[in-house]
Parts: sequence; structure tokens; C-alpha cells
Amino acid sequence: MSEQKGDRHLDHAPGGHKEGAARFSTYAAGLGLALLLTVASFALVGSGAVWAPAIPILLAVLAVAQMGVHLVFFLHITSGPENTNNTLALAFGVMIVVLTVGGTLWIMAHLDHNMMPMAAMAKP
Amino acid sequence: MSGEIADPRHEDRSGGKGDPPGHGEGGPAPKQVTVAFGFWIFLLSDIIMFSGLFASYAVLAPNTAGGPAGSELFELRLVFVETLCLLFSSFTCGVMSIMAVKQRAGATYLWAGLTALLGLSFLAIELYELTHLVLEGAGPTRSAFLSALFTLVGAHGLHVAAGLAWLTVMMGQVATLGFTDAVQRRLLCFGLYWHALDIIWVALFTVVYLYGVMG
Repeated sequence: MSEQKGDRHLDHAPGGHKEGAARFSTYAAGLGLALLLTVASFALVGSGAVWAPAIPILLAVLAVAQMGVHLVFFLHITSGPENTNNTLALAFGVMIVVLTVGGTLWIMAHLDHNMMPMAAMAKP
Repeated sequence: MSGEIADPRHEDRSGGKGDPPGHGEGGPAPKQVTVAFGFWIFLLSDIIMFSGLFASYAVLAPNTAGGPAGSELFELRLVFVETLCLLFSSFTCGVMSIMAVKQRAGATYLWAGLTALLGLSFLAIELYELTHLVLEGAGPTRSAFLSALFTLVGAHGLHVAAGLAWLTVMMGQVATLGFTDAVQRRLLCFGLYWHALDIIWVALFTVVYLYGVMG
């Protein structure tokens, strides 16, 4: 964003479009990319074209890519200096999400592994 | 040292004059920026709440208690149509926000109407799917897997329903108040909310449905 005379506010509102920064074409490009990734995800599961053990990883990659497309093209989150606050907040949110989901899966898998089998518990 | 930018990341953020924004000449950031940033923080905390639901779903998904598993229940065609509805509604919502910035009331109503229609279609398909599950005897009381599924999918569906109510109210405000600054800010927040719901849905259809049908 070019610095205007008398406008020293560099922060952008998330999702905001000043000076027509967000045009119809931005949303159309986002829609196209998101459609491509969505169709790829669903097609991947239906077809047997890919080595089966690789599918979950590929699906995760496609999902993360699509979230990135949504963030950039629909929410207009960029790496520019006017977006520093928004990006930092997002990074913190992502960190908490990773800790919550990853930590839960880790701890619960560990507990599950250490638990006595149901059959052994049922014995007198 | 010519050519070197004194403050490339705008850490000073006062245009080199030494006054941080919020004090002195520059004054505080415009209300549109602070309001949208606050709403962005809310959305991130909402996403963190969803991460808890996702975590519990991921832990409980294998515990079907002898009941049906996801691979026996999910119909990917329906989910694909749901996904398309939400994705296109995100697009129409974006176009609506452009029209709102241009203060074109008629076009704003049109694209808002399309957004609402697509959102309603999404909700209708989801409700059909969930009632179908209950009627098949795979309701939320059947197993831990189904409890977690209904909680996660239901929480997202409730958010979409709330978004539709909000959109209706916003169109009422555009009709009665016009495109005032306050209405513009609320429309901006609504757009953020609607796009964030679509991001959550991307995680949801991948984790629940696509991983689910693979068993």
C-alpha cells in the first residue's frame, strides 16, 4: 500500500479492501483455486490412482493449501507490513490449534497404548 | 549507506517521526481497523474452540461401540454438493462486500440473497443428512464416534445458521440505515465471519468425511 499524505495508519483491517484492493478478479481467482483443490481432494478418495498410504498425507496438504487460498484471496491476509498485526494474531491462533489438536492426539494415544486390554480388565 | 530503508518493517510505525500511532499527531488507528482486528481475534478464538471439537472427534472416531463407522454412513456426493454450496457462498459474499464498499444497494441485496440461498442449501443438505443418520439408528447417542460427529458438524451448522440470521439483519440495516460507517464495519465483520466458516468447513470435510470414508 502506498503511503498517502496525511495517512500514517499503515494497519489494514483483516478482510478490508482499501482503494479497491480487492476486486472481483481476486475473489474469482480464489474461487477457481479453491474449486480445483476441493475437486482434487474428493477425486483422490474416489479413485485408486494414488498409492493408498499416501492419500491421508496428500489430503492434509490439499486442505492446508485450500485454507491458505481462502486466507489470501477471501480474507486478504498478506505478508505485507500493513498486515503484521493480523498475521501475528493468526500465527498465535495456529500455534494454539496445533498444540490443542496435536497435544490431545499425543496424550490420548499414549493413554490408549498404556491401558490394559478390555479382556484383561474384565477378568476377576 | 544510501538506498538502505531506515525502517523496512514499519516497526516504528510513525512514519519516521518517532510518535507511535495512538499518540500525538497520527492519532489512533481508524475505527474500521480496530473493530475488524477485534473481530479477527474473536474469529481466531472461535477457531481455537473448534480445534477442541476436532481433537475430541479425532480421539473418539475409532470408538464406534459396535455401531456403524463413518465409512458405512457418509455419502461423499452429498458432502461434495455441500462443499460447493459453501464455497460459492464465500465467493458471492466477497462480491457482496465489494458492492457494499461501492454503496450499490441493489447489487448488495442481490449478492447477499445469493449468499443466503447457498447458505440455506448447505444447511438443508446437512439437516437432511443428520436426520437421515438419526432415522437409521445412528443418532448421537449410539456411540462416542457419533456423539463427537454430531457435536462437531452441529457446531459448524449452528454457526452457519447464526451467520444467515446476521446477514438478514444486515440487509435490514442497509435498507433502513443505508451505508453508514457503522453498517460498513458490520458488513466487513460479517464477511470475515462467513469466510472463516468456510475455512473451518475445509478442515471438517477433510478430517471427518474424506478420512472417514477411507476407514
